[in-house]
Amino acid sequence: MQDDKVIVCEKLTKRFGDFIATNEITFDVHKGEIFGFLGANGAGKTTAMRMLCGLSSPSSGKATIAGYDVYTQTEQIKKNIGYMSQKFSLYENLTVRENIEFFGGIYGLSDERIKSKTEELLQRLGLKTEANKLVASLPLGWKQKLSFSVAVLHEPKIVFLDEPTGGVDPVTRRQFWDMIYEAADSGITVFVTTHYMDEAEYCNRISIMVDGKMEVLDTPTNLKNSFHARSMDEVFYQLARGAKRGD
Amino acid sequence: MRTLRFLLRKEFRQIFRDKAIVAMIFFMPMVQLILMPLAADYEVRNINLSVVDHDKSPYSRKLISKIVASGYFRLTGYNASFKEAFGLIESDKADLILEIPHDFEKRLIREDEEKLFIAVNAINGTKASLGGSYLGSIIGDFNADIRMQLVTPPRFSQFPVIDVVGSNWFNPVLNYKVFIVPGILAILVTMVGGFLSALNIVREKEIGTIEQINVTPIKKHIFILGKLIPFWVLANIVFTIGLLVARFVYGIVPVGSLLTLYAFISVYLLAVLGFGLLVSTFCDTQQQAMFIMFFFMMLFILLGGLFTSIDSMPDWAKMITRVNPVRYMIEVMRMVMLKGSSFADVLPHVGIVSLMAAVLNGWAILNYKKTN
Repeated sequence: MQDDKVIVCEKLTKRFGDFIATNEITFDVHKGEIFGFLGANGAGKTTAMRMLCGLSSPSSGKATIAGYDVYTQTEQIKKNIGYMSQKFSLYENLTVRENIEFFGGIYGLSDERIKSKTEELLQRLGLKTEANKLVASLPLGWKQKLSFSVAVLHEPKIVFLDEPTGGVDPVTRRQFWDMIYEAADSGITVFVTTHYMDEAEYCNRISIMVDGKMEVLDTPTNLKNSFHARSMDEVFYQLARGAKRGD
Repeated sequence: MRTLRFLLRKEFRQIFRDKAIVAMIFFMPMVQLILMPLAADYEVRNINLSVVDHDKSPYSRKLISKIVASGYFRLTGYNASFKEAFGLIESDKADLILEIPHDFEKRLIREDEEKLFIAVNAINGTKASLGGSYLGSIIGDFNADIRMQLVTPPRFSQFPVIDVVGSNWFNPVLNYKVFIVPGILAILVTMVGGFLSALNIVREKEIGTIEQINVTPIKKHIFILGKLIPFWVLANIVFTIGLLVARFVYGIVPVGSLLTLYAFISVYLLAVLGFGLLVSTFCDTQQQAMFIMFFFMMLFILLGGLFTSIDSMPDWAKMITRVNPVRYMIEVMRMVMLKGSSFADVLPHVGIVSLMAAVLNGWAILNYKKTN
């Protein structure tokens, strides 16, 4: 597990004027790992994730994603990652099938591949009958599952998920995590933020951010032991109580 | 290139799925092109005239009835004193006062000379100046009639007379519609293209879909092209509809070649759409984009030479019109449609507009940032 680091982050910082959104975070993520990225609202999770995806340029520090530099090789990074933002961002006025086709095409999948992937996806998501309906008409849970499927359509090395299960019912959340495990099993590294502590337990390792800094990073079991806590909830409370930022 | 295909397919699907937009694109130009030239007209009619007739002679009455019969004036007052008539101007009931002095008839016949007084309400500048000059020429006409009656014209004039006869080229009967329709069409195409492109990328920013695009390895120029081409096609369709309206409603057939016209509009649209896309990359909300476009469109149109001649603008304004794409469009439209100019004639225009297209689109690509 030493030489298969897909994310290497060293003192990565993002400042907006005087405000330090992300303050010198340092961590590595290994191939095939499910890495939980936790923190209260406003802790700097989304900013950090946007830097790792090449959507935002860091103020200082170093990071490589799949071996590519976040300053100079953002376009190579983008070929190798999938991203699902907090806000639903597939095209609502396109159908399910058209969205899949569009993003497949943008990532350079061949026509046959798009076709077979689409059928496979519709089958797996149980969206066969909805394939030609506008995405706007789907319930949120299905939208999120579709978003995730589109994010891993091109079989990226890493997929970044920003609060993928926000507002989703427990059954769908469970199904969503099955999909995450499936992706991890196929070798895709999963980098996920969440506010649900039961979901944190599903991760191989988790980090918790407080006021822009990464306070802890370990496996859920180790964290619970070192904080003498029975659940991740307690660990989170102990850390986040001291937070000054938030909404 | 393959990516572009997917982008275009997506854009066209989205555009044609939005029925309101489609209706706007096709009906707006038709309705405007049919309404505007018929309603907005340079000719001034219904000028309110108040007469102060101190003479009350057959001649003065004849003059008044001649003025009213011209159809341009409406007699709104027949007053005893100038002061009384001026009250009408003050209360905006009259635009012009014609004062006919005592002994108007007598002196006209005996002394062969008489003066009339015209007072003009210059608040509405166009109405006042045109009204004043209409009135002047009617009086001149009246004068000529009288002289014809009183003096038998000599066989040969004692004094050499220069008689100026004008001939109006390219629009022989000075038909206002022939002049204005190509200009309005130019502006319609500009508005449709400019606004659609300006709002598009901003819309993706607002909904958040641009994020999903920005994390893909899509090339910036491909993305911009993917936005440019669909609107280019739409604006060309609007233009074609406009040409058909001009042909079948106003009977205006382009004198020059359609090929020249389309060659120019192709380049011109790249400039206008490039401008819209540039605005789009600067704004975060559709509201911002809307206001900025509105600001520039007003300038472009008012300084475009459609309603007022660029030649009569002050020098600094003339300088501004040089960077106004609409100006070139209106000029080319009139040159090719009315005068029959060839491609070689409009080549300077094509050159300038190409330069604008290159700068604006290049700038839009530079300013579109996938990484902030």
